[in-house]
Order: sequence, then structure tokens, then C-alpha cells
Amino acid sequence: MLRKFLPHPGLSALLILTWLLLVNDFKWGSLVFAAILSVAIPLLTAPYWPDRPMVKNWLAAAEFMLIVIYDIVKSNITVALIVLFKPKSQIQPLWVTVPLDLRTPEAITVLAGTITMTPGTVTADMSADGRALLVHCLDATDADAIRDDIKSRYETRLMRIFE
Amino acid sequence: MFAEILVAALLVISGVFALVGSYGLIKLPDLMTRLHAPTKASTLGVGGALIASMLHAIVWRNEVSWHELLITLFLFLTAPITANFIAKAHMADKLKSGDLPPTGTDRDWATLDLSEEPVQPVMTPPGQPGRPS
Amino acid sequence: MIAAALTFAFACYGIGVLICLWRVIFAPSIPDRVLALDTMVVNMIALIVIYGISIGTGLYFEAAMLFAMTGFVSSVAYAKFILRGDIIE
Repeated sequence: MLRKFLPHPGLSALLILTWLLLVNDFKWGSLVFAAILSVAIPLLTAPYWPDRPMVKNWLAAAEFMLIVIYDIVKSNITVALIVLFKPKSQIQPLWVTVPLDLRTPEAITVLAGTITMTPGTVTADMSADGRALLVHCLDATDADAIRDDIKSRYETRLMRIFE
Repeated sequence: MFAEILVAALLVISGVFALVGSYGLIKLPDLMTRLHAPTKASTLGVGGALIASMLHAIVWRNEVSWHELLITLFLFLTAPITANFIAKAHMADKLKSGDLPPTGTDRDWATLDLSEEPVQPVMTPPGQPGRPS
Repeated sequence: MIAAALTFAFACYGIGVLICLWRVIFAPSIPDRVLALDTMVVNMIALIVIYGISIGTGLYFEAAMLFAMTGFVSSVAYAKFILRGDIIE
């Protein structure tokens, strides 16, 4: 019964939060409207989204977020220095294959997004059977080090959050 | 006074990073390396400006403004998707299998895969709880 | 001090937008143009936010939000069109 009216409880909570942020003020009227929207939108879009992303470990998710923010700031500075001061001929782009241990689509999407958001690495593609990611590095020589770094720093943590 | 210094510093940092990001767009040699520049502009650049705006609203206008968080979150969610699509367009346009490292699995990279079999969505192992089929 | 920082940020983002415009016009390939347009959208969002700070109002956030959304959709649509020659499959 609850399942029928609230196919995605997490999405509903997120919608309420987003609506209140958009209104930018707390009023009971907007909370009621947000509640109506948070029931209607998941019901209307449920056919397109049968699966449900499951965050098993919220503490690990918070830790992951902090680590990603720290990495974004740190690697932003590194990449800015490369762009500003390294001559064009000395920049060595590199393709890296990252084999995946993650299997759920949501976890792989988060991993790919994280790799892209930390400057210096961009996720370009996934293998057709979904078992490896193609990552492009701005300036690197050691493919193995980057692969191990991604796997140990992000993937094991995502493993703990989603699986 | 402290808030003033903080807001000014955030604005200067965001401006510098955005400028470096745009400069990277003309300096770097090819499209794949150029793709790295805008991620900088959209993370520290816009992020810094938005946090400065939040602080400014709290200290000078005495109102708490949460809009900025929404824009930051939206940019953080969408920037990787755009970058991925541009990379895929570039791969389909210019690159062949030989230019890329091997996948290490049976199939080629999804954009270049010419076999008749559909590109596999990553399947959930059957029988896992909480996932209706 | 904030006024000076605002002027500096305006100048940085303005130059950034001009560089992107240059890239859009003289681009070596079409995906390059999409990338430059996307960067331009990001710079414009920050420009709108900074303008909001400088005249001391929160009115411009809807504009920045809409800019972010339409910018994202149009970049993805362009890239998809280059990739497949079609947007909605």
C-alpha cells in the first residue's frame, strides 16, 4: 500500500527539500504544496525508473562527500598550475582503463561523475558490457598509479555505500 | 570586517579560477585535454561566487538565502554529464579503437562498439532485495 | 574592499566569456564549439550571481537557475545531435 503511493521515498524527501529551497523561505503553505508534488511526481515518473538507488551507509556517504570536496579543491590548484605554467609541448595526456568492481548502475554513475568533477581526469566512456571505464588524464605518465588511486580512493568507498 | 575579507577573497579566487578555465580552452592542444578546463570553472569558479553570495546575503541583507546551494548542486550534477556527452561526440567523430587502450573485457568501448548486440546496461544480480524487476 | 573584488571578478568572468566566444567562432571541430558554449553558460551564471551581489538583491537567482537548466539541456542536445544525428530516439 505504502509502496504503491510512495514508489521512491528518497526522491519524495528530496523533492520536498528542493521545493522549500526554491521558495527560499519556510511557510506551511509551501510545505503542503511540496508534499503534494512529492507524491505526484514519483507516481508519474515511476514507469521510467523501476529501480531504486539504495544508500546503505549514510555515514560513509557523508565521508565520501567531504573527501570529494577536498580532492576537488586540491586538484583544481594542480590543474590551474599546469594550465598556466606548463608549456604546451610538455603536457602529456594519457588514457587509462579502470576495470570496475561496482555493478549497480547508480554506483557507477556516481563514480564516473566523481572522476569527471575532480579536475585532471575525465570519464570518457564505458565498455559495452559495463565492466570498465575509460578515463582521460590531463597530464600523467603512470597509468597504473592513477587506476589504483581511483579504485582505492573512490571505488572501495562507493562499494561500502551502495553494495 | 572578517566577513568582508572572506567575501572579497572568495570572489577573487572564483574569478581567477574561471579565467584560468577559459584560458585553458584556448591554450590546451586538443579537445580531450580542453575538456578538463571547464570542470575547473564550474567547480571552484562558480562555487566560490555562490558561497560569496550566500555570505553576502547573510551578513549585509540579514536574510538566509538557500538558492545558491541549489544552483551549486545542479551544476555539480550536470557538469559531468555534459562533459561525458562531448567526449563521446569527439570519440565517435575522431577516434578509432586503435587510439584507445584495450577495455580488458570482451567488448569494445560503448561508443565504438559496432557489434549487433545491444550495449549492456549493467544488470543487477537477480534476487537482490528492494529491487522489483 | 568588496567593491574592488567585485570589479576584479567582473573583469575575470567578462574576459572568460570573450575567450569562449572566440572559441565558438574559431573552433577546430564541432564538439569544440559545444564545449565552448557550455563553458560560456557556466561563466554567465557566475556573472549573473556576481551582479546580484553588486546591486544587493536576491532577485537574479531565478535567472541564474534558469540559465543553468537551459544551458545543460542545450549542451546535451547539441552533443547528442552530433553523436547520433538525432536528439530524441
